[in-house]
Amino acid sequence: MGNCRLHTSPGSEDITEALAERVRAGGPLRLEGGGTRAFYGRKVEGRALSLAAHRGVVDYDPSELVITARAGTPVSEIEALLAGENQMLAFEPPVFGAAGTLGGAVATGLSGPRRPFAGPLRDFVLGARLMNPQGEVLRFGGTVFKNVAGFDAFRLMAGSLGGFGPILEVSLRVTPRPRAERALVFETPGEAARTWVSGLMGRPLPLSGAFHDGARLHLRLSGGEAGVAASRAELGGEDEPLETWDAIRHMTHPVFEAPVLWRVSLPPTGSAEGFETTAWDWAGGQRWLTADAVDPTVWDRAGRLGGHATLFRGQAPKGEVFQPLAPGVFNLHRRVKAALDPAGIFNPGAMYEGL
Amino acid sequence: MLDQFDARLDADFPPVDPARLIAALKPLLPPENLKTQLEALRPYETDGLAAYRSLPAVVALPETTAQVQAILRVCSELGAPVVARGAGTGLSGGALPYPGCVLLSLAKFSRILSIDRQARTARVQPGVRNLAISEAVAHLGLFYAPDPSSQIACSIGGNVAENAGGVHCLKYGLTVHNLLKLEMVTLEGEVLHLGSDAYDAPGFDLMALMTGSEGLLGVVTEITVKLTPLPDTTQVLLAAFDNVEVAAQAVAEIMAEGIVPAGLEMMDGPALRAAEDFALAGYPKDAAAILLCELDGAGPDVTEEIARVSALLSSCGATEVRQARDEDERKRFWAGRKGAFPAVGRIAPDYYCMDGTIPRRALPNVLTEITRLSEVHGLAVANVFHAGDGNLHPLILYDAAKEGDQEAAEALGGAILELCVSVGGTITGEHGVGREKINQMCVQFSAAEIDAFHALKAAFDPKGLLNPGKAIPTLARCAEFGAMHIHHGELPFAHLPRF
Repeated sequence: MGNCRLHTSPGSEDITEALAERVRAGGPLRLEGGGTRAFYGRKVEGRALSLAAHRGVVDYDPSELVITARAGTPVSEIEALLAGENQMLAFEPPVFGAAGTLGGAVATGLSGPRRPFAGPLRDFVLGARLMNPQGEVLRFGGTVFKNVAGFDAFRLMAGSLGGFGPILEVSLRVTPRPRAERALVFETPGEAARTWVSGLMGRPLPLSGAFHDGARLHLRLSGGEAGVAASRAELGGEDEPLETWDAIRHMTHPVFEAPVLWRVSLPPTGSAEGFETTAWDWAGGQRWLTADAVDPTVWDRAGRLGGHATLFRGQAPKGEVFQPLAPGVFNLHRRVKAALDPAGIFNPGAMYEGL
Repeated sequence: MLDQFDARLDADFPPVDPARLIAALKPLLPPENLKTQLEALRPYETDGLAAYRSLPAVVALPETTAQVQAILRVCSELGAPVVARGAGTGLSGGALPYPGCVLLSLAKFSRILSIDRQARTARVQPGVRNLAISEAVAHLGLFYAPDPSSQIACSIGGNVAENAGGVHCLKYGLTVHNLLKLEMVTLEGEVLHLGSDAYDAPGFDLMALMTGSEGLLGVVTEITVKLTPLPDTTQVLLAAFDNVEVAAQAVAEIMAEGIVPAGLEMMDGPALRAAEDFALAGYPKDAAAILLCELDGAGPDVTEEIARVSALLSSCGATEVRQARDEDERKRFWAGRKGAFPAVGRIAPDYYCMDGTIPRRALPNVLTEITRLSEVHGLAVANVFHAGDGNLHPLILYDAAKEGDQEAAEALGGAILELCVSVGGTITGEHGVGREKINQMCVQFSAAEIDAFHALKAAFDPKGLLNPGKAIPTLARCAEFGAMHIHHGELPFAHLPRF
């Protein structure tokens, strides 16, 4: 078959056995990849267990639209491989350095600007291999899109912060690159821009990004040549380089510069009271609040608006980072964590105290 | 037959006295919402997998979340198994009653609670029909994307329990990709809210874990779904092939071309002829296989993609490529496909619908092997596929009145599912494991993986009373079943005692 190209990458190494030995020796263990996301989440006390050497693409056949790679494989390497086949990771994970790994991307679960249009990272995870506390390898899900056998524990890995154990291998759904892409900028104030964009999202337009930097609205269009050109003509605005979206995605844009940075996720069309002046992405669904000092009332204020806040940068009392959970839901979290990690050896406390 | 539950292999509960159970439930519901007479229980003894039948002790039809809480508390206290049921259209026996259980029907949770046009979301009760959501928001230019073939009848609560797919999920995703929030009740009667109206809820993604959990973890009482703008243009192509494997190759070529069709469906000769006789869809009856490829989006983009796919199909060996001339013909092309199951039902007294998924590249070989297995087992197979995502629905034709036919159909079905696993696929793409594929779970998963599933189940339902004997087999069952299935010369679950 002409289009069938199989890939495996150089420098491929399987260290499952060595990892199993370390895991069986007991915890607590602090799971590590490339170290580029170590700032994210609560501090974990424990022996380091590095997955960085467990690397390499296991299988990639472009006509299947699926890539399977070991957790230590750098995301940038995966994206370069996909780009060679005119494919991409539609959830556009932020990459905080060349060492950033696939396992780290899945464990933190962060998605980029395309998230409201294409879906979050979690939607692209088709399967995962996980090591249990006995050092056994468990395979959940697989390499196919439609798969309802067994509980979908693989989706649970996305954003789990390693709390269920080392993620050894992940299969991701990949997407063809759009044939055409354009970036536009508008001199529209924040709240007016949000209202306008939410109206646009009710129509089948080829939007793939809607970011406001506090002064100007940036839109990105992706799709077929004709559809993108028609939307460009209708929406107006000024052209700008597509690279603007790299700065938004990888958080190198100046709006992210501050001693304290909060990610505040609010219902995209609801009230943003108290947060109106922040920069936002995701058509208003994700706000970036900057400050000089941590104000712990942010969690409460975000919660009252039906949203939640994450302290992306900065130090809060007791090291808290994530939105407190309702007591019943927190108890269920503890039971689910204990189901897969009964002794609590994997990244204890990375998400919440006592979890 | 798997509708015979086996205490030793499924779940062992001390029996609950039905009179005591009914007495405890009576104060919780209006009399007409509690069914206890045999003739009133009969309609609930089976679901869409009609070969399996079993009677509950009582059918409860709550109307409020508070009533669901109260019923589940009683079940928890008395140790009574509970099976939740939506519209009962499931094809894997997921709503088959555990003998003597409380059958909890969500049929009266039938209201669309609110529609938020700006946010493009709808808050609905679990008994709302899938298609009713799209109908209620069509005037806003929106729809609810997942469209299982049974969408006219199936309920959204059942869709959540099964993580239902459909013809258009290749582009628009499965149920799990179109949910924002769930309200659920645990067996202890506690109400929990999972997910969020804002993107990416904090904590573990328990909403994703609940989706597709087949009623084993909790009872969903409210669902917030995502709505999608209706595309401005939709076009469909029909391509005919004189060889099934050539058609299968063409599917891979389309996907490799960088085009994501809204739907990409395939039918083989027996299936397309039955569908044509049933629905007069306009299919070429002499073809060995047809592909339906639907493309949607902005008008000019669709025109361009239609031209590219047409050219590709011709170069891949299609004997004929036809574009639906108008909306009417497009609907007829789809009517044939959506009516394929009942159509096959007219050419054989009974049929058994399989639901494996395979990597697309394995499609030609798997088709050849299914033909061989069909000859070995002496039963004909008609094939209907969601080809774009590798989800196969081989329909095994048999006659339940004929001695040994039912067993032969189950054996052939099991062999097809194991074939799917052996090429890197799965035993079920969208119908669920339910009761039907409980044994094949032992082929797809190791003992350690099944242990992990049981541990997750116990985190939600420590007493194991929610939908017992479904979806996740006991290791005892796998040990017994494994004795019949030896792979690579090794007995799976070798460390377990044999019974």
